[in-house]
Amino acid sequence: MGHHPALGEGSRTLLTEEDEELRLRARPIRATSFTWITTGNVKYGHGHGSANGTSDERGGDQLSDQITLVDYLELGDDPHLMANECCACGAKFFDRRNACASCGKTEFQRVRVAGDGEVRAFTIVSYAAPGVPVPFVAALVDCDGTSVRANLINVEADPEHVSLGMKVRLATYSLGEDSNGTEAIGFGFEPQEAHDNGK
Amino acid sequence: MANDDVWILGIHMTKFGKHPDLDVVDLAAEAAMGALNDGGVGIKDMGVLAAGCLMMASAGIGQQLQKQIGQTGIPVYNVANACATGATALRTVIMAVRAGECDMGLAVGVEKLSGAGLLSGGSRKSDDDTWTRHGRYGAVAPVDGRIGTETMPGVFAQIGMEYGHKYGGTSFELFARISEKNHSHSTLNPLASYSKAMSLEQIMGDMMIAYPNTRPMCSANCDGAAAAVIVSDAKLRTLDPDQRRRAVKVSASVLTSDPWEESCQVLPDVNTLTRNAAKLAYEQAGVGPEDLDLVELHDCFATAELVHYDNLMLCPVGGAVDFFESGATWRDGSKPVNVSGGLESKGHPIAATGIANVWEVAHHLRGEAGDRQIEGATVGLAHVIGLGSACGVHILEKAAS
Repeated sequence: MGHHPALGEGSRTLLTEEDEELRLRARPIRATSFTWITTGNVKYGHGHGSANGTSDERGGDQLSDQITLVDYLELGDDPHLMANECCACGAKFFDRRNACASCGKTEFQRVRVAGDGEVRAFTIVSYAAPGVPVPFVAALVDCDGTSVRANLINVEADPEHVSLGMKVRLATYSLGEDSNGTEAIGFGFEPQEAHDNGK
Repeated sequence: MANDDVWILGIHMTKFGKHPDLDVVDLAAEAAMGALNDGGVGIKDMGVLAAGCLMMASAGIGQQLQKQIGQTGIPVYNVANACATGATALRTVIMAVRAGECDMGLAVGVEKLSGAGLLSGGSRKSDDDTWTRHGRYGAVAPVDGRIGTETMPGVFAQIGMEYGHKYGGTSFELFARISEKNHSHSTLNPLASYSKAMSLEQIMGDMMIAYPNTRPMCSANCDGAAAAVIVSDAKLRTLDPDQRRRAVKVSASVLTSDPWEESCQVLPDVNTLTRNAAKLAYEQAGVGPEDLDLVELHDCFATAELVHYDNLMLCPVGGAVDFFESGATWRDGSKPVNVSGGLESKGHPIAATGIANVWEVAHHLRGEAGDRQIEGATVGLAHVIGLGSACGVHILEKAAS
């Protein structure tokens, strides 16, 4: 080793891709024609078909408040991601746009993103900011032509268990409850094969 | 007859590394004075100043530099363009000179990053007491580490892996061998932050940051500055023969941003804008990749260097792995890449990088690169990319006489 000082002292350039602080905080005044639908705080059955999508875990009597990690994740019997699709050219965005970054048109519609996909790129993050549990697998998943950024979950975080081209499917997990008892639900993609084998 | 050509009259880079006793103004001044001295001119000859310091983007580094080395009242442009900040400063001066606003100008990039460590995970703060939606995606909790990664080593790891998925042939070892090359090259560069060779075993066995990038495969945080004096063709003709002989022609100066691509919404696409910049630069310069004697490209991570072989058209589309395997990019190969040691060894003081790589190429074209001289170099290319994205490409040529 020797010539590379410890990371604590710092010697590697590890800048953030984007800074949340720089993001707009305010809700938009939309120039577009569609209505923004947020999933908000809604009642869903406990269990919400996480890893294997079975519905028998759903405790109908055990309804709890749930909120999705991000507003483009929708729960229900079949959790899925939603995108804002340009009505003219079909370009999809997970956040809001005033005009399409591809064609410049201003009409958008909310569409469902395929839950099955293929891993087009991944990394296994072993060193991250304080508070981020490592290792974890970050990936770019091609969901029937729509690129989705997500973690791969329900898989060992090592190069022997994760591969390029691996078939995956959307899965959800709990981030825990807040002080009001509301449970936050996140998403990731899990291997299709492991799921099938598990049946 | 004078023409629209612009030239680098003087250029300088400081030692990259730790400068605990110098602040950014000191470093910028050292680079600026060095470039002026190298060109045989003074601050009073400059008609424009463009300066960048990304970590202090709102501090007015240009005006601070003027107070340190000479306040002459000229226009100052403080620029910020991620890792392309230095190239943007350089191009700003080139544009001003080309536009005829002045016949000489100074571009400076400076950064202090020693000890900066992991500047990552911008969105990851501690969870709130209650889940409340924030920001553009209505996130109730920080998403770094929950929805992919925001750290640069992880982002660029995926960029290299995506290339591997598309064309095949990549592996942890392949990326590590690119790093091995650059660390080997750095042993000949006294201005590099790190100038020790590293074996493949050392590189692969070092601390894993984001697979397949281990620590020595990441660019090195360090302090440093670089500066260049740009002169018009007409002005150059009035200067001394020795100044003319050492002047380096700027055959192409290009800056691009991302055109829309489907995947760049979720993973930065460093490929399209780099290829676009390269195409435009080759057109402007009237040279092709085959004419380049050396290339300094933005190896912010070992995984990035591979994709830029392809983006800069140094190899056929999809052929970057074979190109590297051929040995072409080693300093004794047919297309030496990053003979300075690259960002992985030389270091990456962000805003300085886009001028320091031009310094490296210019040094070879002048035949002044000492032990690491690429013999007979007449044409070279310098490339940087800043995420977001901005890509700068400069093609430089040796003076005719």
